[in-house]
Amino acid sequence: MKWAPALFGLLALALWEGAVRIGEVPVYILPGPIAVVSAFVADPVGLLQSLGSTLFVTFAALIVAAVLGVAMAVAMSASRLAQAAIQPWAVALQVTPLPAIAPLIIIWVGDPFVALVVCATIVAFFPLFANTATGLASPPPELNDLFRLYGASRWRTMALLRLPAALPYFLSGLRISGGLALVGAVVAELVAGSGGFASGLAYRILEASFRLEMPRMFAALVLLALAGILLNFGLGAVGQAILRRRGLA
Amino acid sequence: MLTISRVGRLFPGGVEALRDASLRLSEGDFVALLGPSGCGKSTLLRLIAGLDQPDDGALTWDGGPPAPGDIGYVFQDATLLPWATAEDNVFLPLRLRGLTRDAAMPQVHAVLRRVGLGGFEKSRPRQLSGGMRMRVSIARALVTKPRLLLMDEPFAALDEFTRHKLQADLLDVWRGAGCTVVFVTHSIYEAAFLARRIVLMTPRPGRIDREIASTLAHGPGTRLDPAYAALVAKTARGMADALQ
Ligand SMILES: Nc1ncnc2c1ncn2[C@@H]1O[C@H](COP(=O)(O)OP(=O)(O)O)[C@@H](O)[C@H]1O
Ligand SMILES: [Mg+2]
Repeated sequence: MKWAPALFGLLALALWEGAVRIGEVPVYILPGPIAVVSAFVADPVGLLQSLGSTLFVTFAALIVAAVLGVAMAVAMSASRLAQAAIQPWAVALQVTPLPAIAPLIIIWVGDPFVALVVCATIVAFFPLFANTATGLASPPPELNDLFRLYGASRWRTMALLRLPAALPYFLSGLRISGGLALVGAVVAELVAGSGGFASGLAYRILEASFRLEMPRMFAALVLLALAGILLNFGLGAVGQAILRRRGLA
Repeated sequence: MLTISRVGRLFPGGVEALRDASLRLSEGDFVALLGPSGCGKSTLLRLIAGLDQPDDGALTWDGGPPAPGDIGYVFQDATLLPWATAEDNVFLPLRLRGLTRDAAMPQVHAVLRRVGLGGFEKSRPRQLSGGMRMRVSIARALVTKPRLLLMDEPFAALDEFTRHKLQADLLDVWRGAGCTVVFVTHSIYEAAFLARRIVLMTPRPGRIDREIASTLAHGPGTRLDPAYAALVAKTARGMADALQ
């Protein structure tokens, strides 16, 4: 049972390789898995460096989104005025498609690295913000009453009740936003093209597609998918570990 | 200790949760507020705690309004902080009053022992049973040595065996602590078992209808005592009259 996914994967790869060979599919249309692996082996350092560059943007964006998301959620939870002011903009930001605003951002922000981080942050922001806001509002009214009964100030209540209650919500937002930040970084790189940072994995994909180097393009795609999966599981595991330490899981 | 005179509370939307409610609380009282749901018991308790303000009438405290810590509050759910251990949950009210952990711990541990939770100081709420969580909640309310303990159907969600044990233990704690207790319940049996004064309330609008005094002597056999059965019968009759 445990080996079923791996076995299925291997079988699919074998079928893929077999189909490509038997059907004599040209490599510039669909390379087989062996060709893809060879393309990776031909230039592992270059591809991994590109992956590193994309991940760097991803993590930078994730950190910025986390700081901004938490700060704005806290402001919103502390003040009605802030809530009225922030909420519509947060939603507007969320529903605006990144490819539509990425070119503007890339033009406005001079530095290509900063531009990519801004783009990825825009995509990663909302789940962190919305989840944290939900978590901050999650304590039952009785607990708020209890803090009031003991004369706790608003900030004391924030520190001792709302923020700790929001932690699990924040962590699940972080996991969602991790994947989104990666997508955001890739989309921004694609939009920026050669005018951008010119070193990320998405740029390698563009470059390979221009040169019809399909195996290399596939190698880059596979790396990206693996990075996304690892990011998701990694953030999930970190979240679980933190919750277990807090006695919440 | 407190005089509640002709208090009214009208919620937006037109629900008259309380009308003309008057009640005097004295030091050492054990008062049960008894009535069907929606008769304003919780509303009255929140007014006493200062968590809500009356639209009519007044609450007058002998010797000025209570300071934080003078009133303890126990809700129907234990409402513990799920990430905090039993001792940290009980420490919370002292922490909010500015005490350090080290200074507070002797008191925290003493009150946990008093509610029968010695040895569970480091347990988290999810590791405790419903009854034990309620004990933590009671310890949290007692840790500031309140003059007045307000309890809103604290045992309603517990099974009968646990409830009986907690009722008996609450009476011990009450005698030991010497505080005044106002205990909200919709159980005639519970009110008759616990209270020295049973205050009957009726809904729509919420009113205090009458009061029944109890002289029940507590001991291991109280629940089988004919005097208890008589008090239950008297209370039930009073409630039926009031609801007419
Ligand atoms: N915050 C509120 N807003 C509007 N109506 C309320 C509010 N709190 C209580 N009520 C209404 O007031 C009445 C009395 O409520 P409550 O004091 O909770 O009754 P009890 O505790 O006796 O069941 C109910 O009809 C309830 O719906
Ligand atoms: Mg109630």
